[in-house]
Amino acid sequence: MPELGRAALVATLGLAVYAVVAGAYAAWKGRRRLALSAQNALVAAFGTSIVATVVLLAALVRHDFSFVYVAEHTSRELPTGYTISAFWGGQEGSLLLWLLILTGYSTAALLVNRRSARDLVAWVTPVLGGVTFFFAFLLVVVATPFAVQAAPPDGSGLNPSLQNPYMMAHPPLLYLGFVGLTVPFAFAIGALLARRTDERWIVATRRWTLVAWTALGVGQLLGSHWAYEEVGWGGYYAWDPVENAALMPWLAATAFLHSVMIQEKRGMLRVWNHLLVVMAFSLSLFGTFLTRSGIVSSIHSFTQSSIGPWFLAFICIVVFGSLALVFARLPLLRSKTRLESLVSREATFLYNNLLLVALTLTILWGVAYPILHEAVLGESRIVGPGYYNFFLRVFGLPLLLLMGIGPLVAWRRASLRSLGLTFAWPAGFALLVGLVLLALGAGSSIPGLIAYTFSAFVLASIALEFSRGTRARRALSGGSWPAAFSALIGRNRRRYGGYIVHAAIVLLAIGVAGSSAYDTVSERRLTPGDSLVVGDYRLTYRGLEEREAANATEIRAVLGVERGGDSLGTVQAGKNAYTAERQVSNEVGIRSDLITGEDLFVIAEQVNADGSVYVRAFVKPLVNLIWLAGLVFVLGALITLWPDAREQRRLALRYEGAEAPARP
Amino acid sequence: MSIALVLGALLAAACVVLVALPYLREPQAERDVLEEPSELDRRRLELAEARDRALAALKELELDHRTGKVSDEDYRALVGPLRREAAEALRALEPRAGASGRVKVERPG
Repeated sequence: MPELGRAALVATLGLAVYAVVAGAYAAWKGRRRLALSAQNALVAAFGTSIVATVVLLAALVRHDFSFVYVAEHTSRELPTGYTISAFWGGQEGSLLLWLLILTGYSTAALLVNRRSARDLVAWVTPVLGGVTFFFAFLLVVVATPFAVQAAPPDGSGLNPSLQNPYMMAHPPLLYLGFVGLTVPFAFAIGALLARRTDERWIVATRRWTLVAWTALGVGQLLGSHWAYEEVGWGGYYAWDPVENAALMPWLAATAFLHSVMIQEKRGMLRVWNHLLVVMAFSLSLFGTFLTRSGIVSSIHSFTQSSIGPWFLAFICIVVFGSLALVFARLPLLRSKTRLESLVSREATFLYNNLLLVALTLTILWGVAYPILHEAVLGESRIVGPGYYNFFLRVFGLPLLLLMGIGPLVAWRRASLRSLGLTFAWPAGFALLVGLVLLALGAGSSIPGLIAYTFSAFVLASIALEFSRGTRARRALSGGSWPAAFSALIGRNRRRYGGYIVHAAIVLLAIGVAGSSAYDTVSERRLTPGDSLVVGDYRLTYRGLEEREAANATEIRAVLGVERGGDSLGTVQAGKNAYTAERQVSNEVGIRSDLITGEDLFVIAEQVNADGSVYVRAFVKPLVNLIWLAGLVFVLGALITLWPDAREQRRLALRYEGAEAPARP
Repeated sequence: MSIALVLGALLAAACVVLVALPYLREPQAERDVLEEPSELDRRRLELAEARDRALAALKELELDHRTGKVSDEDYRALVGPLRREAAEALRALEPRAGASGRVKVERPG
């Protein structure tokens, strides 16, 4: 039923136009019923987006190759899970997913806040409607998923790189993050349009920002794991433009989550916070543009299309329109308080923000420079990992250190005597760790050694915060240590959830430093019986195995693994030859040691007709801490997100007179 | 084709009803005005935020002092101004709320 899908998208476009026009008029003229009607239009747009989604999903599951999209992205042999994930495997489907998530977020944000922040929501509606209009317009006019044709007997199949379990979760999570940043953007712009200078927009969007930021973070980590397993070059992050496209809005959102605390605690940085929200949202649009326009050559970009100019125009409207609005409202946004001392918690947040924004802009320049160079001079240029790694060290290492310093410094100002007392234990511990690592030979990589020393400092400062806090809580209210620990976290969820997220970032830093600065690699051609030594491992090639899977022929080189004379079983690496897609993919072999966190990573670069294979093997110390960091990150984010009844009561008191408080 | 048409028509009708719902529920609304906070309401909200900031800062300061992050000397220097800030915000809130009867920042409908 392509007609129903098309009709649903046209209806979504019409509803979005209505939400913009009626919503803006209602907010301008103060018409209550019209404002509600415009909000209902966005709710209805969610319904029509669901209908369009169901139509496309049904076509995918039924292998209805009369849909061009279905024929181009699936085949009859494609397993059902990947057939469903083909929904976001192509351009039109992924744009529809954007629209679905956007209208879903919009509906939820409007319904949750429409009673408690009515005048603000009235202005938020046309902003959300404007973004919805853009994506609905693309889907109706430029890239429809409901184009039809005479059905061929079979489809072209799905890109083999996308036939990986991580691809079933990675893109939707990234989109939850990208699209989720629309909500804080819409509320920030809505607050400016409504001339509201209070913190209502922050209270109303805090959770939405955290959800989007968490989804973006987890999505990137899943994407890294996909690249590690599927792309088969021995790494997990290659500073690819499309990878950077997801990292940039995450970094900007991280800066915002920190700076918004300064506004809440001290009433400062109002202009800066608006700029950061605009930056995060614009970068999420830029990320989608990079992934979907085909403007950059990337292992993550699976499309060439004509949506690029439309996206660029929309990004320009968003950026220049938002900046003009912020500029127009500058007199309202001036802060009455000032930074009291350069040695204070808010100052460390400010340094953190400057470093995060500098890192984001550096990455943006690295991504944009080749595009601009080619557009202006017609010559292609590549910005390699060396550029990014340099700036990652320049900005990332101080950021790591600040994660340890921040929690130890008091708000407003701190005396040197206090700092000396607070820093003594973590600094001493970090120094000791650094010296021990140096003695163990970690000095072969100076950035790695610095990263480990700083990581030790951060972990010690977090541990100190938890232990001192628990002791103080127990002294105040008695009870057992676990009860005091639990009460400490329960009463200060944002603070201690944040520390757990910091611990996750430290695990990530340790994993990245260990696996990139201290890895070992070895490669050679092997015939059956030959061995390859890499690190402490000896790999002995036993021979090739071939088997038929649902939609591919799998060929694997089987290698026996020994360490210190002990047999550790086998590891298999090889290739998959996909029948319908007529493509071959690399399938790496990974043996993880969960005690040491180390991976033995094997790539069969070439499988030769004479039975020999060209093997490249890596030993990657501590790489599994990266994936563990993901779990800790989610735990910290959940603690931070968990509703706090005390805070709800405080907000209810603040917004005294309203029947319900703004729901953060 | 015909099923798609019927479903499309139903979808369009549902959308129209949903969009028109505020007018269907209140065809003759007595007051069709989107209430916006007055200057007094905005000022009161600013003061409430200032009060919450000062109280939260006091709470943080107490915790930091108890955990040893803030020395006695720093504590004494910081706690006075914070208490004054909180007291000023509380004082400023009281008469204003009284002056306007019961100030409502927003009224849910």
